Amino acid sequence: MVVSDLVEQFGLVTYSGGEGMDRQVSGGYASDLLSDVMGNALEGQVWITLQTHKNVMAIASLKDLAAVILVKDHAPDEDAAAQSDAEGVPILGTSRQTFEMVGELYELFRAHEIV
Amino acid sequence: MEFDYQITGGDFSSAGFASSHLKKILKQLGIQPRLIKKIVIAMYEAEVNIVAHAWQGWIHVRIEPQAIRLEIQDQGPGIEDIERAMEDGYSTASEEVREMGFGAGMGLSNIKNNSDDLEITSTVNEGTELTIIKKFQ
Repeated sequence: MVVSDLVEQFGLVTYSGGEGMDRQVSGGYASDLLSDVMGNALEGQVWITLQTHKNVMAIASLKDLAAVILVKDHAPDEDAAAQSDAEGVPILGTSRQTFEMVGELYELFRAHEIV
Repeated sequence: MEFDYQITGGDFSSAGFASSHLKKILKQLGIQPRLIKKIVIAMYEAEVNIVAHAWQGWIHVRIEPQAIRLEIQDQGPGIEDIERAMEDGYSTASEEVREMGFGAGMGLSNIKNNSDDLEITSTVNEGTELTIIKKFQ
């Protein structure tokens, strides 16, 4: 499964980093605490958060995450989107809140035996 | 191999720059990916601690055949109670920093959990020094 599959399946908005649509997805991690993600997220996971600032991209890139999904129609800060474009790590968006987004992703990942 | 980074306190837009640079170098050196992941976590948390708490700081990286050594030094408020600062969930970060999702009190334990040795010394109102060692094994 790749990032563009998630965009298609859930009708996600692509804010930036469109070049990274073919990045492999190996699961997900949901948290708004940056050190929690830094310490515990794994390579290839999608990160579900409501944080929109540039440090989100720093972490997504350092951790080799597949993509970031912003919930509740949050849009990325300009410098976050710019870094996402530069690194080819997509920032996606949804109007769903975290609980709903995570639930739907989990169901899909289970069905595909990704988690 | 040795090199230095200077980190400016309060400059969140540059946080992660040094860690990203170090990650590239470790990759080029062919260090095992699982070790790079741990070193990058420790480096990033050290970097963010300077940005979130100190006025300015320096990170001296020393890559030896058997290990990497990160020597971090800052000018800042220092840590009053290092033992408490090491506890998960304890933080003195400002409200503003917490709203960004930092200051959850997980930084130092992330460093400890991803290194082989961590030494901290600190003088209140002067600054803090950390030495982090991760062996290449």
